[in-house]
Amino acid sequence: MTQYLYEEECDELPAFSVEGLPSVPRLSHLEMLEAESIHILREAAASFAAPVMLYSIGKDSSVLLRLAQKAFYPGKIPFPLLHVDTGYKFPEMIEFRDRYVKEVGAELIVHKNQQALDEGATPFALGTQKCCGLLKTRSLLDALAEGGFDAAFGGARRDEEKSRAKERIYSFRDAAGQWDPRNQRPELWNYYNGKLDKGEHIRIFPLSNWTELDVWLYIYKENIPIVPLYFAKEREVVVRGGSVLLTQGPIPLLPGEKTERRTVRMRSLGCVPCTGAIASTADTLPKIIEEMFGFHRSERENRAIDHDQEGSMEMKKREGYF
Amino acid sequence: MHPHANSANADHTFEQFLSQHLERDLLRFTTAGSVDDGKSTLIGRLLYDSKAIYEDQLQSIQQSKLNRSTGPMDFSLLTDGLRAEREQGITIDVAYRYFTTSRRKFIIADTPGHEQYTRNMATGASTADAAVVLVDARKGVLPQSRRHATIAALLGIPHIIAAVNKMDLVDYSEEVFRRVEADLQELALQISPSGAQTIHCIPISALEGENVVTRSAKIPWYTGPSLLEYLEEIPIADSNSPEAFRFPVQYVIRPDDSFRGFAGQIIAGSVRPGDRVVALPSKQKTRVRSIVTFDGALPEAGTGSSVTLQLENELDLSRGDLLVSEEGLPNIARKFAANVVWLHATPLDLHKRWIMRQVTDEVRVQATKVRSRIDVNTMESSLASQLGLNDIGIVEFEATRNLSFDLYSQNRNSGSFILIDPLTNATVGAGMITENLEKATRRSDPKLADVGSQGEKPAEPLQTAAVAISERVHRSGHHPGAVWLGAGSSLAAPLERALFEKGFHVVIIDDSQHPGEWSEGLVRGFYSAGMIVLYSSHQALEQKKHLLTSTIQPDRILHVDALSRDADDASLLQQIVAWVEGLRIARPEEGR
Ligand SMILES: Nc1nc2c(ncn2[C@@H]2O[C@H](COP(=O)(O)OP(=O)(O)O)[C@@H](O)[C@H]2O)c(=O)[nH]1
Ligand SMILES: [Mg+2]
Repeated sequence: MTQYLYEEECDELPAFSVEGLPSVPRLSHLEMLEAESIHILREAAASFAAPVMLYSIGKDSSVLLRLAQKAFYPGKIPFPLLHVDTGYKFPEMIEFRDRYVKEVGAELIVHKNQQALDEGATPFALGTQKCCGLLKTRSLLDALAEGGFDAAFGGARRDEEKSRAKERIYSFRDAAGQWDPRNQRPELWNYYNGKLDKGEHIRIFPLSNWTELDVWLYIYKENIPIVPLYFAKEREVVVRGGSVLLTQGPIPLLPGEKTERRTVRMRSLGCVPCTGAIASTADTLPKIIEEMFGFHRSERENRAIDHDQEGSMEMKKREGYF
Repeated sequence: MHPHANSANADHTFEQFLSQHLERDLLRFTTAGSVDDGKSTLIGRLLYDSKAIYEDQLQSIQQSKLNRSTGPMDFSLLTDGLRAEREQGITIDVAYRYFTTSRRKFIIADTPGHEQYTRNMATGASTADAAVVLVDARKGVLPQSRRHATIAALLGIPHIIAAVNKMDLVDYSEEVFRRVEADLQELALQISPSGAQTIHCIPISALEGENVVTRSAKIPWYTGPSLLEYLEEIPIADSNSPEAFRFPVQYVIRPDDSFRGFAGQIIAGSVRPGDRVVALPSKQKTRVRSIVTFDGALPEAGTGSSVTLQLENELDLSRGDLLVSEEGLPNIARKFAANVVWLHATPLDLHKRWIMRQVTDEVRVQATKVRSRIDVNTMESSLASQLGLNDIGIVEFEATRNLSFDLYSQNRNSGSFILIDPLTNATVGAGMITENLEKATRRSDPKLADVGSQGEKPAEPLQTAAVAISERVHRSGHHPGAVWLGAGSSLAAPLERALFEKGFHVVIIDDSQHPGEWSEGLVRGFYSAGMIVLYSSHQALEQKKHLLTSTIQPDRILHVDALSRDADDASLLQQIVAWVEGLRIARPEEGR
């Protein structure tokens, strides 16, 4: 062991000699985002008793999962994944989930609001707001309570929607799981205050500063597996109220509706009845990214739930939605 | 010059375009300024003009019943994402927005102007590389403009830009602009009397998009860059200019007995396998064995990287510890002073204990003295015993144990902290350390290591002498150094004479003359005195040699036994003198 004697501290005698030190290239914006997200994941893993990662199977979840692998390598991811299954997810999503999570070696919890499903909760009968309220928000809050989780990672990004743009990286939720946007904790530098009283929890958004484009660039750069539904292919669809819906899985045809075959892909993945496909021939990642530059409409536009009403996302979030 | 951010250039293949996108750097900036000066409108405009707004988002704004602007579209609705904000027409909390140009990716924090939401403004500003302070051309510099410019400067934001807005309402008058500009320059001098903090002024109309993205034809008298052009050109603080290494341990990765890694993000400097590091607060020393990542071991890692370090020795480190380079240690002290922005209705008073988060460390602190409170209107300090909500002041603190920190002016990470109220869990204050109040360990002072500490025992806190080693070096004109002559060398005496003649402060230590007293303390003492010491030994050679090499920097020791064996005494002497000459400091030419 070495103990040097002093450090020189004046201009001619710098305490720290830079001579011979090669300069390390500056991080690109993607590398900076990656490093920030890993920092957030580690902060949370170090400071919460029982964190859990919300895993929705979509592209953002895939990125989040990869970042978690990186953050704790060569160790295992030190928290379980939680999928809130509405029962209306695309079968390809469920297949992908089971295969990929196993491959990664993560622990997976699947939670369904079976009672609501048994009582016949469908978006057709209840409307999207109520259906989401029961099968996603309620189900999520139940799952968090059952698991005794005090922190939940989500893959939400601030560029998705304007009320998300207001959210902190650590989003405090009271004992009822609600968000109070007018009273958020100041979040300076990269200090995240995760102090809680009993019953409260924190939602953590490591991808806050990523954009949709960043996510695709990262998936491309890192070669991250994603659900094949994101790639264009000829698929069986039905056109309903302006949306192009895939007919795979739980989507009964309405009287008079006919299916047809179109070359489409999904831009974001939600529930079968409420998430539309887009016409596209992008069947590789570069093509998807190239296509993004031509997009004129936001990625959540084909989600029925976001548009019921001006400010509907904020309202859902206040109630505990992710 | 329109940012064709979002369209691939036809001259390039898409693959090239993609790799260009992957290389882009990142600039974070924040808006600041008084209510209604046009912050949210400006950001809406930037997003709109750089095509970062989708049609459906635009439609929902065009269709909105709320439009407080005089134009066809109220751009502030693009960033005021909360219902209460849109209804009241104000910004309550920070909104983070993103856009990309062909040059870089931008993260914008659009912050609220109301004094009551200062905490949210500080949140947005704390990570910014640049601040755009909006000033209404008609109203000029308002108290909130001052306040925000002050906070921006306190938070160490390297670039402050003033956008003199609503130029459309003053007929794009140069005279009006120059008047506001003069006030802003005065403000810059108030904030930083040394002139270090400059404010660059740009006349704009956020609403009409003049000088925002493209240069304005309506402002011919202004020949500088548009706001976006300026933002694209700002040099980002070069995080990789070499500096002392700082690595806060965040998390210990220990999958099994064979692996123990320390995970964290490098907040200053860089690291390579083999680098010598010191763990604080224990002051244990070791070397970096490897830089472990999911993508393989790295040959080096720089500031900002999140990595995992494996060390040579099995040190028992945990979250809160700091790994640093041996050269350039941080401050280690319990008492310090800081600029504080108070963020909560519960005042900062001298009776309470707070939880302090500083990098990954957490410790209890108490404010021992409020030195002053800053009046943002006059920039004058006044005496105070408390800080209330949104107050800014200088406060002295005492922690229950030692902290390792840098000054905020040196490092925004290891020089900053937040305070948490242990009763309510609220984040109540943000601090920027300005001073180490324990003279003994002040970083700008020379350090004499604990004399007589032995073996592997980590040294005690470093002591200070009244005379800085650098002062001694200045007086003598040379660094201290050691020449290891080995056993009974006949060179000692002629060497001492030769060096003395050349003006070196030189002495011989020969253990035949000081039997048994060849201690670490002795080595340290002579070295600290700034001497060139010629060591000669008769007993326990290896042990003595080790004592030297473990106490003195390698580049300050000459091992004569490593020089050519065949050389005769005269040429050996010459070589040694040449080496010692290398210890001279460069002096500026005197009095010519
Ligand atoms: N005429 C004119 N009005 C502007 C300009 N910029 C902003 N405004 C208006 O000023 C008001 C306040 O703008 P807002 O962006 O909400 O200000 P903030 O409080 O600083 O975010 C709104 O009615 C805007 O339409 C400008 O350049 N010219
Ligand atoms: Mg505003």
